[in-house]
Amino acid sequence: MTELTNKSALELAAGLASGEFSSVEVTQAHLERINATEDDFNSFITVTDEAALATAKAVDAKRSAGEDLHALAGVPVALKDLVVTEGVRTTAGSKMLENWVPPYESTVHNKVKDAGLPVLGKTNLDEFAMGSTTEHSAFGNTRNPWNLDHVPGGSSGGAAAALAGFQAPLSVGTDTGGSVRQPAAFTGTVGVKPTYGSISRFGIIAMASSLDQVGPMGRSVTDAAALHELLAGHDPLDSTSLPDEVGGYLNAAQTSELKGKKLGVIKQLAGEGYQDGVRTAFTAALETAAAAGAEIVEVDCPSISYALDAYYLIMPSEVSSNLARYDGMRYGLRVEPESGPVTAETVMSATRAAGFGDEVKRRIILGTYALSAGYYDAYYGSAQKIRTLVQNDFAKAFAACDVLVSPTAPTTALKFGAEKAADPMALYLGDVATIPANLAGIPGLSLPAGLADGLPVGFQILAPAREDVRLYEVAGPLEATLESAGGRVLDTLAEGLTK
Amino acid sequence: MKYEDAIKRYDPVIGIEVHVELGTATKMFDAAPNTFGGGPNTNVTPTSLGLPGSLPVVNEKGVEYAIKIGLALGCEIAETCRFARKNYFYPDVPKDFQTSQSDEPIASEGQVEVELEDGTIVTVPVERAHMEEDAGKNTHVGGATGRIQGADHSLVDYNRAGVPLVEIVTHPITGTGDRAAEVAASYVRTLRDIFRALDVSEARMEQGNVRADVNVSLRESPDAPLGTRTETKNVNSFRSIERAVRFEIARQATLLEAGEKVVQETRHFHEETGETSSGRPKSDADDYRYFPEPDLVPLQPARAWVEELRASLPELPAQKRRRLLGEWKFSDLEMRDIVNAGLLEAIEDTVTSGAKPAQARKWWTGEVARLANQEDKHPTEIVTPVQVAGLIDLIDQGKLNDKLAKDVLTGVVAGEGEPAEVMKARDLEIVEDTGALEVAVEEAIAANPDVVEKIKGGKMQAIGALMGPIMKATKGQADAGKAKDLILAKING
Amino acid sequence: MTESSAITPEQVEHLASLSRIAMGEDELKSLAGDLSTILGNVARVNEVAGDDVPATSHPIPLTNVMRPDVVGETLTSEQALASAPAAEDDKFLVPQILGEE
Repeated sequence: MTELTNKSALELAAGLASGEFSSVEVTQAHLERINATEDDFNSFITVTDEAALATAKAVDAKRSAGEDLHALAGVPVALKDLVVTEGVRTTAGSKMLENWVPPYESTVHNKVKDAGLPVLGKTNLDEFAMGSTTEHSAFGNTRNPWNLDHVPGGSSGGAAAALAGFQAPLSVGTDTGGSVRQPAAFTGTVGVKPTYGSISRFGIIAMASSLDQVGPMGRSVTDAAALHELLAGHDPLDSTSLPDEVGGYLNAAQTSELKGKKLGVIKQLAGEGYQDGVRTAFTAALETAAAAGAEIVEVDCPSISYALDAYYLIMPSEVSSNLARYDGMRYGLRVEPESGPVTAETVMSATRAAGFGDEVKRRIILGTYALSAGYYDAYYGSAQKIRTLVQNDFAKAFAACDVLVSPTAPTTALKFGAEKAADPMALYLGDVATIPANLAGIPGLSLPAGLADGLPVGFQILAPAREDVRLYEVAGPLEATLESAGGRVLDTLAEGLTK
Repeated sequence: MKYEDAIKRYDPVIGIEVHVELGTATKMFDAAPNTFGGGPNTNVTPTSLGLPGSLPVVNEKGVEYAIKIGLALGCEIAETCRFARKNYFYPDVPKDFQTSQSDEPIASEGQVEVELEDGTIVTVPVERAHMEEDAGKNTHVGGATGRIQGADHSLVDYNRAGVPLVEIVTHPITGTGDRAAEVAASYVRTLRDIFRALDVSEARMEQGNVRADVNVSLRESPDAPLGTRTETKNVNSFRSIERAVRFEIARQATLLEAGEKVVQETRHFHEETGETSSGRPKSDADDYRYFPEPDLVPLQPARAWVEELRASLPELPAQKRRRLLGEWKFSDLEMRDIVNAGLLEAIEDTVTSGAKPAQARKWWTGEVARLANQEDKHPTEIVTPVQVAGLIDLIDQGKLNDKLAKDVLTGVVAGEGEPAEVMKARDLEIVEDTGALEVAVEEAIAANPDVVEKIKGGKMQAIGALMGPIMKATKGQADAGKAKDLILAKING
Repeated sequence: MTESSAITPEQVEHLASLSRIAMGEDELKSLAGDLSTILGNVARVNEVAGDDVPATSHPIPLTNVMRPDVVGETLTSEQALASAPAAEDDKFLVPQILGEE
């Protein structure tokens, strides 16, 4: 690890602006770090070293020529391999798209390119973002830099591990039920799920359209805020994209204070089923916040107990439809049946049998059931009503406080294979704290709040829809307060890694 | 059982689903051009191909056209409507779901007045009109005739995938009795005329712009519950619609008479034989798992917009027929002949250009139609309303008589110029020089003293006997009226 | 677990056929078990919200998002077909299609 890879994105941006170092140097340092550590972490499916260096070189040249540049120009970034990149294969972590090279560009990648951020590569994920361990990738497990025997979380496990492993200063993930916040919690990094519709989904391979949202990730709240500002904004190519003005996140993170902020602890997300160490770390963080002048109140969101149920009907229903297109006819894998007639129908079935992993199949079958005639009202229809109840609960809760808080996940990072032992529902329970935000469309952020048994614990903050700035008004000063009290969580790891 | 017998024995109920491709510049959910032709797979975007990560955005013009159609059919335009996904796997459906509308269509509950050949008006109840997208096109390769059965493989072109469609669904149409087949065909023809009048589609049946699925069922009597229906898919000409309905009525009656059951299924119509054949039965596989399209947000057409569109609706064919019938004072039969000959517009334009309705009708349905028929063309293809009006004007001015006018028309059709020019060029103008006419009249009187005596005796019709020589002498250019006046003046003077 | 949420391997077979995924006996059985467990847990959603609660299909309510009817950028047939498993005459080549929609 070099001094350059240890720097935050904002430090790198400042150094680039002052001419202390070049983007080529910064990019080269990260590529070397990736090269040296990929065998351990496997954060990336594809490393785009040549393209990254070419971008870095171009940005350096522009800077020398005195051109106006984006504040993050020249700072490298890693993209979850669910983000479509024209000319660079985009796999969604699936065998189905192992060799798919998109002929078009996503809005997210366009924004990153326009701002001049060198893209280091495409990070690993659970297949089509379905999973919370990154064990469901067709491209091998990503290992948690904190302990290689543990998962990095998921589905944006590669994105989080790249940050925690100092392979990239910034990552773009996606969050459908916690896929940015939970891996951030497991790796001691910061992950943000913005309000639904604030970052364009055009060119983001869909999992569940009404829940999916792109999320900025970094090693600090301020880095995530800067990336959030870069990615957010209206996109006419996405019908669900919000027309809102966005921004002010970085400023909010840097200038706000905890004094006078009202933090609502969600009663339903603070007790039973949480690992002791997680509860301890969460409570300690609350005490630190209170000591800094924040007011802590308890709020009741009773319908949250049904959120998980609703999620596991809505999500697979949308998945079953969104993933129908992977049929071996137009792109991606095509497999002929081993026996029997070769027809469009049998080839579709053989292709989907061979191309999808077990978790994806399980969700497709579940969703097909939930949408089928005779069950729609009882399942999908009822689940959409729960969504309304969750929104109503949140609205009531936000009337009593500025933000809601909870542990991000009930546990710290699990060991590999732990989920195989559990029944599927027990596993899904790990998403209980993150899912409500996706159902309601509200923004959420996870930041590190200490360690439990040597592994990071995540602290989740939720804000009302379209009030993403509130996340930063609390997360910024909270991060600063926690660090001044207990040091930066990632420093513990950094020291270990330098040894 | 023959159709004629079947229709006496059973009460037919029909239902029709019509798909019309809208004539927008772009597709329904993406900005690919909505044009016919072009190289395969060139009118496509990532969205038309259903590429991973692509998203739909609704075409405002498509919505506008759908509202116009809904209004023209007398439907309620929904305060809120939604798109829904109809999930089914098929190679020409890029996303393996069709973006359509399910229980919240843009337009519902209207009716269409359909006029049959003999002027009978039948009101067809419309259940709904909704927006959706077309699929790509398969070409079947190998095997016999490019049909699905026996093909080795298929080639898919997605240029048509995503083209905006409006689907119009009727309620069961009852009470048509032995005119069921005629009603079905006339209904689709009426819709076709409406689409054209609204200018929302080229509405060319032969190009598949308008496609019909026809449901048929039989029951013992109008009081009996509805029987099991079949759906004959993609019947694409008026004649085929009529034949398909007749065939299905006869086929189903034969089954019922034999004590067998009609199977609920889709069927295919065969142009060559006029028969339908079994497609596939309705089954669990038809579980389309509709749910609201999460990538699109609800539409709430502003009432002001809807009213603006309502006000902008052109006069619809049925309304126009009724109005013109009153203005022109034609008989019902005359009016129907005009409509069936496709000459309503031409005659209307001719009248607008100054001709009297009766004259316009006479020329279009008479000499113009005759000349067009010789060339195997439609009358409007050989001459314009302005030209016909010009011709009639020359007659009214007395410069041409009907016979000369026919010659002029031949010249106009031959491309020799406008009527007045042809008249001059061919030297056909009625002689204004009364001197020449007087000479001809005097010669005729002198040569036919016996006829003159008859006229003097009061037999006015005898004048006709003098007209022949007069016309001969003036090479047909004499004005018959003037000649008559001169004859009487000379004889009685 | 309620009676209705116990899923049989035969039901899974039908669902697998609806969703075009070829599956062996073992897979059908194990999925039947998984689905029964999951549905047994989530089926209670049906009992929570009454008829008076409206459904939420989109988390943030937007309406009337439309684009003008203006032609935009298209792909070339080369781009369209670049990732096709098989192609012929600028078209996607697919195996023979049985049954029509």
